[in-house]
Amino acid sequence: MCPPTGEVDDGPEMDLEESERATADRDVDPGEAIPPYAVTDGSQFGRRRFLRVLGLGTLAVVPLPILPELMRAAGLAEGQPEPVHGIGEPARTRDGRIRQWTMIIDLRSCDGCQSVGQPPRCTAACIEGHFAPEPMEWIEVYEADLPGGGTQFIPTPCQQCQNPPCVNVCPVGATFSTPEGTVLIDQDRCIGCRICMAACPYDRRFFNWGDAPIPPEALLADYSPEHQVPAKKGTVMKCDFCPDMARTGTLPYCVQGCPNRAIYYGDLEEDVATNGRVVVSASRFLAENDAYRLKEDLGTKPRVYYIPGHGEAVGRDVFTPDRQPTEWPWMEWAEGAVTWQR
Amino acid sequence: MAALSEWHGRLEETALAPVRRTGLRYWALVAFLLAVIGWGAYAYSVQLRDGLVVTGMRDRISWGLYIATFVFFIGISHAGTLISAILRVSQARWRTPVTRMAEFITVVALVCGASFVIIDLGRPDRVLNVFIYGRWQSPIIWDVLAITTYLTGSITYLFVPMIPDLALFRDRLAGRTSRWRGWLYRVLAIGWNGSAAQRRSLASAIGVLMILIIPIAVSVHTVVSWIFAMTLRVPWNSALFGAFFVAGAIFSGIAILIIVMAILRRAYHLHEYVTEKHFVNLGFLMAAFAAIMIYANISELLVHGYKLEEGVEFHFRQIFLAEFAPLFWFYLLGGLVAPIVIALLPATRNIRGMVVASVLVTFAMWIERYVIVVTGLHVPLMPYEPASYAPTWVEWSLLAAGLALFALLITVFTKVFPIIAVWEVAEDHEAMVGAPGAARRAARPAALETQDV
Ligand code: SF4
Ligand code: SF4
Ligand code: SF4
Repeated sequence: MCPPTGEVDDGPEMDLEESERATADRDVDPGEAIPPYAVTDGSQFGRRRFLRVLGLGTLAVVPLPILPELMRAAGLAEGQPEPVHGIGEPARTRDGRIRQWTMIIDLRSCDGCQSVGQPPRCTAACIEGHFAPEPMEWIEVYEADLPGGGTQFIPTPCQQCQNPPCVNVCPVGATFSTPEGTVLIDQDRCIGCRICMAACPYDRRFFNWGDAPIPPEALLADYSPEHQVPAKKGTVMKCDFCPDMARTGTLPYCVQGCPNRAIYYGDLEEDVATNGRVVVSASRFLAENDAYRLKEDLGTKPRVYYIPGHGEAVGRDVFTPDRQPTEWPWMEWAEGAVTWQR
Repeated sequence: MAALSEWHGRLEETALAPVRRTGLRYWALVAFLLAVIGWGAYAYSVQLRDGLVVTGMRDRISWGLYIATFVFFIGISHAGTLISAILRVSQARWRTPVTRMAEFITVVALVCGASFVIIDLGRPDRVLNVFIYGRWQSPIIWDVLAITTYLTGSITYLFVPMIPDLALFRDRLAGRTSRWRGWLYRVLAIGWNGSAAQRRSLASAIGVLMILIIPIAVSVHTVVSWIFAMTLRVPWNSALFGAFFVAGAIFSGIAILIIVMAILRRAYHLHEYVTEKHFVNLGFLMAAFAAIMIYANISELLVHGYKLEEGVEFHFRQIFLAEFAPLFWFYLLGGLVAPIVIALLPATRNIRGMVVASVLVTFAMWIERYVIVVTGLHVPLMPYEPASYAPTWVEWSLLAAGLALFALLITVFTKVFPIIAVWEVAEDHEAMVGAPGAARRAARPAALETQDV
């Protein structure tokens, strides 16, 4: 469009200084058209410099995805990617194999504590033993309909899945599987995103929505993922399978609390389980009594087994009409506490 | 040529006008938006003090309005990519005047959307754990990576094509504006002088960026959907979810773009450049995406509904007949069918009709996100009574604050940066005027279309 203007000056009489300048500015082609709004003030960027700035800008797209790796490399994160903090040494059998905790719930002996006339004792024992904040029921007793009519009671702790969806989705590794086959939560790391609650197909995770009332005795407790006391606002909690107690030879609270001895706790590695009264061979017990696991088709591989039944071993009638509510009467227990309802 | 330079002067003046004059109404709007944001900040402080117990979420429905709004905002951020990248790649010339606005929307919506994730966290004080302990296996980490990449990418993509316009601002406003502005434009223009070499670099940079940004944008909303689809919940259990979310994202992005275009056109007198043609073309695009959404919904619902696996019956009842039926039907009819009808009927195929359709779509898409999130968690997993969820005043306040922040950032942006891609519009105009017989064609729409609104 515009006639070239530069060529006239670039004659043979150009001196050394000028030629140097021309070399430096070579990338700004003097013969080009003057743009509609050419700059008039001094700053003359060469093409290369301009490209460099642009390139740097474009490069800004790249680094963010690798930021976590960089931070880890820079030592900003001392922790391991797999958290081990606060967990005891795994329990071992005499010949050194790591114990694999399991729970077997014999539904033939569970009558939902209807005969006791109280809310489920397993739930209550668990809550009291763990100072579980209201209204969490880490082991919750569901009343499910039976195919032929009538109901059965299903005490449901965290299923301690071996392919745990909750662990898979946690962004920070705050919930993790242990060598003993349990799934724990590190409440010091949890960011409260709650994707694990969306992922758990058994609805076994609970959130500290507010400031849970902390009983005075809980304040003395030493926090660890195996002993989630005291509760921390904005983090997730659930049944921890009481591995700390099991290691010392104590049965979990729910097992201790059941008046009908319906819950067995044990070690798959040594193939033994007990409800506190009888000791059984876990594999034989499971096989002989047609044990099953909840929602087996999901592939979560739970560690909690059920033996089908509806309390017949303790004389429960399937069609009991006047049953007690299975909900723990929270409001009485926690009068005056600042808390949340379900 | 005289006409051309006069046209140029007018274009530049239009682009510069928002920066030169600031009326009382502008400040009133800013004050109002700040007030809403302030109220939201108060609500958030209450939430920080008492915990998420102040929201309506509880153990059984553990995500709600915040996550829905997050998905919604990330969705509308696709406006920029679609308009500027996809249409740039397909060389749709009509897009040039609205490119810049679309790119603004992208950046601003991403900022707003990301803040809703933080708002939803139970422990926002530990948000850095995501970087310290992040695990690649978690969909949330995919999201963090995709969204931060998209944010840096789209800021770059907003910035690079803006360089010549920033240089224009630098030159035209030199000495005639406040110190910081002069400094800002000088720095941001990174020495642009419009030489052919620079133009070539710019063109190749834009070329690379627009190809890069499309897969990033698609990945962003795909991984957002995977937050849901990677769980074992019945209504979310769908391989279609990624594509479905991306289509919905672009769909709502177009709607927001049309609304923002209409407002800015009015406020800054862009009638000559943003014409009915733009609204109608975008309206057609929106209708096309509505059709895609209808297709996706049918295939999703039919595949689930035909087999009626466990939980699906409950889900269908809740969206078609029970609690969520009014919302869901509004989404289907008002959000998906209506935009198509409005775009097809000649009587409503105008600016007003398209704006109405866009408002409908915007509401419907927010509702869709809300319904997806809440119904997914509402289906009982174990034998218990379904829980209920209703957002509390804290959640509504934060939603209002989020929308106000979106509006405020766009408002402030228009006062600092060129809202029209001056050089691209100029280039297109020259190309048109240069072509034989094109001058008449170019002159006509301007004359015709400045009359409306
Ligand atoms: S809520 Fe906590 S434990 Fe659950 S996924 Fe998020 S960070 Fe992990
Ligand atoms: S039952 Fe739920 S919380 Fe427990 S391990 Fe399985 S998925 Fe995780
Ligand atoms: S498991 Fe035992 S304590 Fe628990 S509900 Fe059944 S009978 Fe009661």
